[in-house]
Amino acid sequence: MDGKTITRAQLSEAIYEEVGLSRNESAALLETVIEEMSQALSRGDTVKLSSFGSFSVRSKGQRIGRNPKTGQEVPILPRRVLVFRPSQLLKGRINKAMAAKKA
Amino acid sequence: MPILTKANAMTKSELIARLAELNPHLYHRDVERIITTIFDEISAALARGDRVELRGFGAFSVKQRDARQGRNPRTGQSVSVTSKHVPFFRTGKQLRERLNTAT
Repeated sequence: MDGKTITRAQLSEAIYEEVGLSRNESAALLETVIEEMSQALSRGDTVKLSSFGSFSVRSKGQRIGRNPKTGQEVPILPRRVLVFRPSQLLKGRINKAMAAKKA
Repeated sequence: MPILTKANAMTKSELIARLAELNPHLYHRDVERIITTIFDEISAALARGDRVELRGFGAFSVKQRDARQGRNPRTGQSVSVTSKHVPFFRTGKQLRERLNTAT
């Protein structure tokens, strides 16, 4: 898309401006939030954030894959993957903004 | 074939409660604002067409889905679906590894 990437720096700056905590504390709190979500997901829990979306962990069984280069069959081990389902609100917000941009 | 996992869910209010518990010096109202700010900022960035990258956790981006000829699954009648933008999340390497070493 436009090529701009937002990182932790901008998010903690937003906390700093919005909540009025120090820059250091804002950054630390952002980190705690990310860590708490990661821990919940690592336990296999779902993280549901109303109006944003939900993250859930799905377990995949073993299947046979193929090395695309050599064509050789290799087993893909059972594993857990993270799935993000955006809320209707987030999807709607993005589409509305994109439509307005085009117009 | 996906295998179902025990689905405990962490909601936004639980995330707020957890952050408050870890930071007893903060007002509850401010803890709420921190969480709201984080996800509002991510949503706003995506609505602008920006990417959001939280290294170690994952990256959010917006993908464009082209217009296509869809079908009403009930009646079989073909309908045209306009192009749209959908938020997309890609799990970070570190979190992907954590999901598979936790258990």
